[in-house]
Amino acid sequence: MKRLRRSMLFVPGNNPGMLRDAYIYGSDSLMFDLEDSVSIREKDAARFLVYNALTSLNYGQKELVVRINDLESGLGVKDLEAIVRAKPHVIRLPKTETAKDILDCEREIARIEREAGIPVGQTGMMAAIESAKGVLHAYEIATASPRLIGIALGAEDYVTDLKTTRSDGTELFFARNMILNAARAAGIDALDTVFSNVNDEEGFLRECRLIRQLGFDGKSVINPRQIAPLHAVFMPDEAALAKARAVMEAIAEAEERGSGVASLNGRMIDRPVALRAQYLIDLAEAGERTMVEEV
Amino acid sequence: MDIGCIPHIDEISAQHGPFCGGAEKRTHSFFERMRYDNKIVHSLREAIEKTGLRDGMAISFHHHFRNGDYIVNMVLEEIARMGIKNLTLAASSLTTIHAPLIGHIQNGVITHIETSGLRGRLAEAVSGGLMDFPVVFRSHGGRAAAIESREFHIDVAFLGAPSCDPYGNANGYNRDEESGSCCGSMGYAKLDALYADKTVIITDHIVRFPNAPFGIPESNVDYVVQVDSIGDPGGIMSGATRFTTNPKELLIAKMAAEVIEQSGYFYDGFSMQMGSGGASLATARFLREKMLQKKLTARFALGGITGQIVEMHEEGLIEKILDVQSFDLTAANSLKNNRFHQQIDASFYASYLNHGAAVNQLDFVVLSALEVDTDFNVNVLTGSDGVIRGAIGGHPDTAAGAALSIIVAPLMRGRIPSIVRHVNTVVTPGDTVDVMVTDQGVAVHPRRAELKARLLSAGLPVYDIEKLRERAERIVGAPEPIRYVDKIVGVVMYRDNTVIDVIRQVQG
Repeated sequence: MKRLRRSMLFVPGNNPGMLRDAYIYGSDSLMFDLEDSVSIREKDAARFLVYNALTSLNYGQKELVVRINDLESGLGVKDLEAIVRAKPHVIRLPKTETAKDILDCEREIARIEREAGIPVGQTGMMAAIESAKGVLHAYEIATASPRLIGIALGAEDYVTDLKTTRSDGTELFFARNMILNAARAAGIDALDTVFSNVNDEEGFLRECRLIRQLGFDGKSVINPRQIAPLHAVFMPDEAALAKARAVMEAIAEAEERGSGVASLNGRMIDRPVALRAQYLIDLAEAGERTMVEEV
Repeated sequence: MDIGCIPHIDEISAQHGPFCGGAEKRTHSFFERMRYDNKIVHSLREAIEKTGLRDGMAISFHHHFRNGDYIVNMVLEEIARMGIKNLTLAASSLTTIHAPLIGHIQNGVITHIETSGLRGRLAEAVSGGLMDFPVVFRSHGGRAAAIESREFHIDVAFLGAPSCDPYGNANGYNRDEESGSCCGSMGYAKLDALYADKTVIITDHIVRFPNAPFGIPESNVDYVVQVDSIGDPGGIMSGATRFTTNPKELLIAKMAAEVIEQSGYFYDGFSMQMGSGGASLATARFLREKMLQKKLTARFALGGITGQIVEMHEEGLIEKILDVQSFDLTAANSLKNNRFHQQIDASFYASYLNHGAAVNQLDFVVLSALEVDTDFNVNVLTGSDGVIRGAIGGHPDTAAGAALSIIVAPLMRGRIPSIVRHVNTVVTPGDTVDVMVTDQGVAVHPRRAELKARLLSAGLPVYDIEKLRERAERIVGAPEPIRYVDKIVGVVMYRDNTVIDVIRQVQG
């Protein structure tokens, strides 16, 4: 089963209480942040805390992502030195503008993996695109490394770069579609930006519905309260689910018959339809799961 | 029968006998009488003198003014000035604003305290060995039972009231005008007024007779004193209890609501109570959604009442409200304006001597906890450092009365686990607790195997409580044992007024 990434919960890396508890809220992924949510004086402490959280706490089945500082800041390599050794699933690189950014980071990761005796290539990567230049290079970024599991939009910096501000999403329409198409063309996930007004529940829901309709796999969230409504938006409706189940049953039936070709209502089921059906079923099952998982 | 046989029957007439010539017919108007012939005394001192208060007596107070209360300190100051000593102070609860009591204890005005709880500097001083005689902690129901059974006798009750008429009809709100303080229900004061030898109402608003409807009737009141201010309105109550936005409390509340939904006690016409504390209060919100979804209504909600319960009442989800204590202004205003929002006293609420006590009619209650142990015993009174920092309230009463008692607490608070091997202080015995809900899973008392099976089959994350304890300990470690000295500073009474635990002095 493909890993679902409906929600990626931001957790400031310098907050031990939140690092400890982050897994209880039911997000699909956890993203421990060493970058923007950590002040410059706290960078070392955050790196140390996240390393220890990753190596000593049990996060169950959660996908663990660490957002490092960009390499140009001089902090990025230090972050990688510590974090890669703690073996998170994914390193998230901020402010990605070109394929070179990915390759530079990948080179460092591979070096550290070798030094630490970790199988080279084990650490996944994702790239956050946060500028006009990055958006225009989205496809080249998305295809730069087989480590990439997804690309994400970082809207706060992006709108500043565009000389605008965030509103109803009009200003992000182009970037979202660029990133989404690049991700789909590269066969990886597309993840949407955060919605920062935690108390605007209506606005958050509108944005969730929008990005779900566009085709995004999920969204970053900054508060655990945003997880349940986000997951609810990703819950497939009954009709779609019934159809997906019928598709999967037809495939199972065909396999039982030893036939490579499955059809439903006289129409052949091709691979994208099968994948889509399986995805909807996975979403439905994840939506019904209880909040607390065994760790 | 021959009436003529009754001696002196012929002599009885309107002009003869005990009622003849005894009193002059009163011709003053109602308005004049109210003004000149009433129970109002001119000063607190005069009231205290008239009650006959003397050394060694017991005085009582209510805690409906919470942390805005001026009454306790005001009365004790006057009593201290009068030189009366060796008093027992019995308050339905005491809070941080009552720190000046430390001085009155040191100078011998107060030698014994009975209360539901202590907080702040007074609590720390008591835990540090301030008093020679231990503080007696009773639940709200236990206190009511002790008073009713005369096990605890109140000589004089000093009861603050936001409104009172010249004859003592007092209430927690003011129907005549909108200004002034307001505390809603007078539930804990009602019983004191009924059983005390003398009752003094202290008010900042004297309204015209009759102050109806009233919380305390004039028949239970001896004197009325007017003062400039009975309390700080901001401390007496907040506008509306705001819902917690703490994601962990919301998570716990959501889980508690799911437990209720699957418990078998969520049916049309159920009854409920939500205790104080972010997570328990927030449970109401998630329950509301489930009630709307399933088209269920509750017959009644009990307890400390909040705006949330009132809203559910007003939208038709809760038929009746039984209110022993109003937690916020919305609740107080509802008591004033809603027909089916009923003020009840502490005995009606929770006395074990009262078969019909409202807690006995509860389907479920959601309660907070500082600590729970693996036998499900609950501590709401002493902190992880052994120092008194809370109140029993109605915790053991509702846990015992409700068919399903749910304790909610985060698995850890900072570096302190909430589930431990042994609680510091047993307030509510584990045998009356059914379910513990944390942010990391649910535990069911082994006594309720059928409930556990029901929750498990509904897919809820139910674990052995020992497993939850281990999970917390794995992350934050086991706390160092608290060091106490031998001296007992508090005696914790169960609701039947037997001793359930003692609190010892912490090593300084």
